[in-house]
Amino acid sequence: MSDDTISYKEIIWNGLWKNNAGIVALLGLCPLLAVSSTVVNGISLGLATALVMAFSNGAVSVVRGWVPNEIRIPVFILIIAVLVTIIQLLMNAYMQPLYLVLGIFVPLIVVNCNVLGRAEAFASKNPVMPSVVDGFMVGFGLTLTLGVLGAMREIIGKGTLFSGIDLALGESTKGLIITVFPDYHGFLLAILPPGAFLGLGLLIAGKNWIDQRASKKAQRQPAATLPPSHVTA
Amino acid sequence: MTTSILRHASASAGILTAFAVVGTALLAATYLVTHPIIAESEKQAKLALIGQILPAALHDNDLFKDSALLPPAGELGNSEPTPVYRALKEGKPSAAVLEVIAPDGYSGKIRMIVAIKADGEVSGVRVVTHNETPGLGDYIEIAKNSWIRIFERKSLSKYADQDWKVKKDGGKFEHMAGATVTPRAVVKAVHKSLKYFAANQDNIFSLPANSQEQAK
Repeated sequence: MSDDTISYKEIIWNGLWKNNAGIVALLGLCPLLAVSSTVVNGISLGLATALVMAFSNGAVSVVRGWVPNEIRIPVFILIIAVLVTIIQLLMNAYMQPLYLVLGIFVPLIVVNCNVLGRAEAFASKNPVMPSVVDGFMVGFGLTLTLGVLGAMREIIGKGTLFSGIDLALGESTKGLIITVFPDYHGFLLAILPPGAFLGLGLLIAGKNWIDQRASKKAQRQPAATLPPSHVTA
Repeated sequence: MTTSILRHASASAGILTAFAVVGTALLAATYLVTHPIIAESEKQAKLALIGQILPAALHDNDLFKDSALLPPAGELGNSEPTPVYRALKEGKPSAAVLEVIAPDGYSGKIRMIVAIKADGEVSGVRVVTHNETPGLGDYIEIAKNSWIRIFERKSLSKYADQDWKVKKDGGKFEHMAGATVTPRAVVKAVHKSLKYFAANQDNIFSLPANSQEQAK
């Protein structure tokens, strides 16, 4: 594929909405269920995944000409594992409180099928820049899903929003934590893994509903524009 | 035919090796840069945690310098040598901080630190890591609940053996309805560490002081 056949708009739209990793492709559900108990956890791991995907797609695209077809998967996995370990070490060194919360899930990014999936399906066939954008956008789509799911579970489960943001961005941001329901006793189901399944189901339903409405509107559109053209004619 | 397969295979192996070498080099470089920072912040985190359960007035020494490695002991629940941090006041032993593992939590091991004063009284207990159910068993964390502070000022002389249980089992320790396995494990581990301290107190304070780095 050459550069001019690639539309960045389409890559972005695919990653964020049409083929959203979390609610359409339903890939990488392991972190989805485990860390989406709060907004901050969900977005943090989502961004870490997006970073890994951008770099791994870029790296895979750079070396795609030198890697023989039959050993491409081991090479891709090697690249991804190296990147994830580097990010894990950096996180441990510079964002330790957050690392303590997300630590056990970071290595799991290696086996997140989105990462290898995009390396194999996109980066191994496309130039560097579109690959980086594709990787980041698919990862960012996952981040948005994790963030929305985290917000739902956090509000229902704990009655707060952005709790733990001080772990990610420093003590001074503690004031950003919103208590939605003061004196709330919590709803355990939303925090536990079943809550993630239920929330994800609602998100998928919501996305399908929006898509259906949009396609109905699109079908009605030509009919609606017809009468004026009649008049002018 | 075979030679071409061999040649092909060795070419592929060469490429794979090259990637492995580059990848490992990158990892080694990152590790070298981040390792001192990680070690330092882990030390700070541990010091902060110890500071919560060991009043500063109790010691005037550098806890990390006066740490020693204790051999594995059933009472501490560990199978590897673990550090003990010894608090000295004007050269006299005033307290010790033990790293203890409760092996029978609801979902696996609960790692704790227990500070015990020289007179056998608990100065404080904190949970370091655990996998208990969020919202149910995690009230043993100080961030969630102050339950863990019920151990403060307790000692073997204050409570007899049969009192070192949760109330449901006929002991004297409060717990929350719905999650008994977790506090049961914590109470048991604190009790055992007090017994260990009572039996080994002289040994703990007479072990040669060695910093953790040397011990490793």
